[in-house]
Amino acid sequence: MMYKLWATIVKDTRVLLRDKVGISLMFVMPIILVVVVTSIQNSTFQLVSKNRLQILIDNKDTGKNSAQMIKAIGNIGLFKVTEMPKGQTNISDAMHNTDAMLGIVIPANFSQRVAGKAKNVSDKAMTSFGLGDSTKKATEAKDVDPLTLYYNPVLQESMRLSVKGALQSALQMVESRETLRTLYFSINEKQLPEKLENEMLNNRTPINDVPVSKDGTKTTPNATQHNVPAWTIFAMFFVIMSLGGVVVKEKRSGSYIRLKTLPTSYHITLISKQIVYLVVTIIQAAVIFSIGMFLFPYIGLPALNPPSDILALIITTLICGWCAVSYSICVGVYADTQEQSNGFAAVSIVILACVGGLMVPSFAMQGAYKTAASLSPMHWCLEAYYTLFLEGGKLKDILNNLLPLFIITLVIQFVTFLGLKRKNLI
Amino acid sequence: MAVTEYAIDISNVGFKYPDNEEMSFSGLDLKVPKGERFGLFGPNGAGKTTLMNLMTGVLIADQGSICLLGNEMGKQKNAVNRLFGFVPQDFSLYGELSPVENLEFYGALAGLNKQQIKQRIDELLAVLSLDDVRNKEVRKFSGGMKRRVNLAIGVIHEPAVLFLDEPTVGVDVQTRHAIINYLLELNKNGTTLIYTSHQLSEAEGLCEEVAMIDSGKIIARGNIDQLLAEYKQDDLESLFLNLTGKELRE
Repeated sequence: MMYKLWATIVKDTRVLLRDKVGISLMFVMPIILVVVVTSIQNSTFQLVSKNRLQILIDNKDTGKNSAQMIKAIGNIGLFKVTEMPKGQTNISDAMHNTDAMLGIVIPANFSQRVAGKAKNVSDKAMTSFGLGDSTKKATEAKDVDPLTLYYNPVLQESMRLSVKGALQSALQMVESRETLRTLYFSINEKQLPEKLENEMLNNRTPINDVPVSKDGTKTTPNATQHNVPAWTIFAMFFVIMSLGGVVVKEKRSGSYIRLKTLPTSYHITLISKQIVYLVVTIIQAAVIFSIGMFLFPYIGLPALNPPSDILALIITTLICGWCAVSYSICVGVYADTQEQSNGFAAVSIVILACVGGLMVPSFAMQGAYKTAASLSPMHWCLEAYYTLFLEGGKLKDILNNLLPLFIITLVIQFVTFLGLKRKNLI
Repeated sequence: MAVTEYAIDISNVGFKYPDNEEMSFSGLDLKVPKGERFGLFGPNGAGKTTLMNLMTGVLIADQGSICLLGNEMGKQKNAVNRLFGFVPQDFSLYGELSPVENLEFYGALAGLNKQQIKQRIDELLAVLSLDDVRNKEVRKFSGGMKRRVNLAIGVIHEPAVLFLDEPTVGVDVQTRHAIINYLLELNKNGTTLIYTSHQLSEAEGLCEEVAMIDSGKIIARGNIDQLLAEYKQDDLESLFLNLTGKELRE
């Protein structure tokens, strides 16, 4: 029995090592994917934190409030502010010409309307304080015409919402400043001292952001820490491109039929494939994690910090790899041709990655998608990896992720068994 | 293991594919004595491959029994499977591997130990003229060389009964001669051959006894010379057409 298993493992290893395309799909492609995705995510992060988004401003107003608005936008720290080039009247054209992702049009009466609104609020406040003339009607205020934000459609929804939030904050600052000045003047009949104005407006309570980890460490997550574990899972499921095809090929060549005529059990064939390809997935994970830890700093990316509980990392990788291998064999058993296997494999792992939270965070999913996420093995593996890599979790913290992953794997194994029986292969 | 005079003893066998409405076989009886060179012939769709699959345990009969050297198929699978070899029509071998590597794998699964495997590989590669390419990948081989490797896999464990499903299809005359001569040599040493092919002229040189099968029924069975005399035919091909008609099949 053990010699038969050993001979089958040797055979499967030889077949694998001679499948150069399969090996490159399992190793080279995922490594390229991890490096590219992490680099892009990292550059997106730097776009916001270091490089800044270019914003083009078409100021049709000549008053001081619009100037202060532009200054406030610049002070946010997210944007590189550029004025409309001279002679250009259409902001869309100007955005194309300057490669700006964002554009704002400040309407011509902006300062006047902001001042009017401030005067109205000030009058009402004076009356409310009992300092104003109660018989005098508060100054009529017309609504401030809206600012118009133009954006490149490439900009993601989440980024656009962040930009809008930041602009609202700048606008509120300008309006508050004007209201404060008007109110001060109404009370004291002199201008608000600049020092006091700055103290009142700029003395904001700071907000500290602290990542909450399970082990109390306060390492700030970065693009590497997010992407390397996620795309490692994807890489492990890439074994389907080789293994699925191998199973189909064996079926079609009649090898399974021949095995039925030999004094051996089909279990040996399945166990052998699972051992060989499980080793492959572990090597994949080890290679990608090593690249994250040791190579990334040399190519300008943040280094991957390994989790403190290495045993938990190994167990998670083993179960995830086993699940990926089981899924690959299952697809190979049900597919009739290699084309079917490869096509289904490629699409299905992308879908599993999508619903599993690799491409869109699963916490942002709603309703049916949330349920679908819980059926994707990648979801549970990702949750386990994130607990280890981002939250500093231990084995006990990921057991509730590993159990569903284990159960899904057993279900896949059972479905494979049914397929083998149905196709009279065992 | 039971003692019997029959290599194959099929008794009242019935079989139906799950997707088919009609039985492929019903009440089929066939006995092949030990040491015989037995040919099974019939037009496409007659049931040759199904019967071959039933005799090798790839399919399980719905009724009746099939005994191989006195041992009922489907019971004590591993013990029974050691007794026979199967050479399928498909090249059920690994193209990425060399003949040696293929034989090492199948030899181990057939229950041989490392030393026995090595000895059999050397013997088979020499007798089938594959020694020069023993370490080359099979996928680069010609059809004839692949057929020889396919045959070597089927006989690596020196089975008492050898089932051959069109073992010479698509090969040149030289390879056919080499394969047939090797099969005759095996038979001389006691191996029962159960053979199916559409090459009836080849079968005349190889088989002693034949059975003609059509629509799941054995329509003729006996010694080739006796059958030719009985049906007043000159050769097996004429006999075949006489019994199964000239209409094209599936």
